[in-house]
Amino acid sequence: MPNQDEIYTKVSATLVEALNVDEEEIRPTSTLQGDLGAESIDFLDIVFRLEREFGIKIPRGELFPESIFSGDPDFVQDGKVTDQGLAELRERMPFADLSRFEKNPEVSAISDLFTVDMITRYIQGKLAQPNGN
Amino acid sequence: MRWIWIDRFVEFRRGKSARAIKNLSFAEEYFADHFHGYPIMPASLMLEGLAQTGGILVGEVNDFREKVVLAIIRQARFEREARPGDRLTYDVEVQHLRDEAAEVRGTVSVGKEKIGDAEILFAHLDQARSQQMFGDHNFVFTGEMKHLLGLARMIADRTEPPSAGSPG
Repeated sequence: MPNQDEIYTKVSATLVEALNVDEEEIRPTSTLQGDLGAESIDFLDIVFRLEREFGIKIPRGELFPESIFSGDPDFVQDGKVTDQGLAELRERMPFADLSRFEKNPEVSAISDLFTVDMITRYIQGKLAQPNGN
Repeated sequence: MRWIWIDRFVEFRRGKSARAIKNLSFAEEYFADHFHGYPIMPASLMLEGLAQTGGILVGEVNDFREKVVLAIIRQARFEREARPGDRLTYDVEVQHLRDEAAEVRGTVSVGKEKIGDAEILFAHLDQARSQQMFGDHNFVFTGEMKHLLGLARMIADRTEPPSAGSPG
C-alpha cells in the first residue's frame, strides 16, 4: 500500500490535470476552491479521476459532502455552525482537519476544509480498508 | 436550426457503448464559410456529435428523465479534417456513470481511419445542481432528438445479446 507521500504526489498530479494549475501552486494546505480555483463541476471531475487513479469507489457525498446541513437550525445558527453541527461534521468528514475551522465556524468557510491534505487523508483511509471499498 | 449532429445509431449497448454515424453533405450550411474554397467540418461540431452520441447513451440509462448536459471536455484531438462526402462514425464508451454525472470516451472515424478522439464529462442538472430549479420539463431530450432516441432504443433491442437460457 502506498504511503502518505506517495498518495499526496498522485493526488497533486490529479489536481494539476483536473484544475489546470501548475504543480508549484499546490501545497498540502491549498484549498480547492479558494486557492486552486475549483468550480462545482470540477469536483465531479476530481472524483472520477481519483476513482480511476487509486482503483477505489467514492460514493456520492462521501468525499465532498453536499449541502452538509441543509439549513437545519440544530446545526447552523446565525451563519455559524453549532457544537452539534461540528459533531456532525466530524462524523461525516473524519479525514478533515477541523482545528482551525472550530475557532471560527462560519458556514461560509466550510469550503476551506476541502484541501489537498484532506483528500490525501481520505484516500489513505480508503486504501486501508480491508475489502477496499 | 435543427441541432442534430448525428444521423443514425447503428449500435447501442445500454449503459456501455454506442456507435452512431453522420454523413457529411456539401449542402450543409457551415461548409460555405468553413472555409470558402476549402470546405472542412469544424472540429467543434464533431465534438457535438460525440457529445450527442454520449449524451443519449447516458440519458437512456435513466429513461431520459435526467437533463444531461455537456460539462467538461478534458481533451480532444483531431488528426485530420472531415470533408464533404465523408461518413463519420462516432464510437462512444461509458467510463463512469453516476446519478449526478457521467464520463465517456469517444472516437471519430472515417472508415477505418481514426481522425479524432475526446474525453467528455456530462452533468445531470437536477442531481448535480440541486440548488437551482430547472423544472420538470426535460428540455434536453425533446423535439427532433426524440426521434433519435426512439431509433436508439430500436437498435438497442437488436444489439443486446440474447439472455442466457433463451432458445436460439
